[in-house]
Amino acid sequence: MGEFTMADTDQSNRPLSPHLTIYRPQLTSVSSILIRITGNALIFCVFLIIWWLFAAATSEQYFIFADAILTSWFGELVLLCSLWAIWYHFLGGVRHLIWDRAIGLDLKTAEIFGWIVVIGSFLLTILTVILL
Amino acid sequence: MSSSKPIFGHHSEMKITSILLFFLVPAFIFMFGSIVGEDYAAVVKYFSRPWPAIITSLTIVIGLQHFQSGAQVLIEDYIRGSAHKLAIIFVKSVSYFLMVVGLYAIARMAF
Repeated sequence: MGEFTMADTDQSNRPLSPHLTIYRPQLTSVSSILIRITGNALIFCVFLIIWWLFAAATSEQYFIFADAILTSWFGELVLLCSLWAIWYHFLGGVRHLIWDRAIGLDLKTAEIFGWIVVIGSFLLTILTVILL
Repeated sequence: MSSSKPIFGHHSEMKITSILLFFLVPAFIFMFGSIVGEDYAAVVKYFSRPWPAIITSLTIVIGLQHFQSGAQVLIEDYIRGSAHKLAIIFVKSVSYFLMVVGLYAIARMAF
């Protein structure tokens, strides 16, 4: 058992937050955690696109190789998932910018925001696929 | 009064980059979506044009800066001890590496 005092400088024994496992999942918490998951997972898509750009800048043969992977069924699936992830992260981020203005912090509005983010992310993904 | 405190902390930097990305990301999605699937000559020609080159470069730099702040907060929340510092160094290295490779690629196609 760790004993905490005012002068506790042992950073390694401090509890970590947020304690995901001890809360009952709710729309507000799950939709918030998904912002973090989508945001960090998008690094793989960034990696893929930058690799594709690098290949295009290098040579035609390298580009054809990278482009074949990016436009294969697996590549397209990764891009489609990333498209949903970026729109989800986008809407979730806007929600946080609104909350930072101390607007919509009551539970009812917060839950409505949650549904807007979830449903909106799918609608924007479908819209982007149709337009492009 | 302290003068050593940074004016922009994590949260503030996250906010600034997210506001910039609010405009950059839809522009980039539109640009990337319109060129992906085209052949080599078309792709190189596309990124040698001023606006695709500028918007893509800005999205890469600011997007990866935003990732650095976000991943750092993630690490601060879940990883402790010496692994904490190693994880932050790893995230920064990957992010700067991708940033430079991306800018190099755009520059090489643009000039």
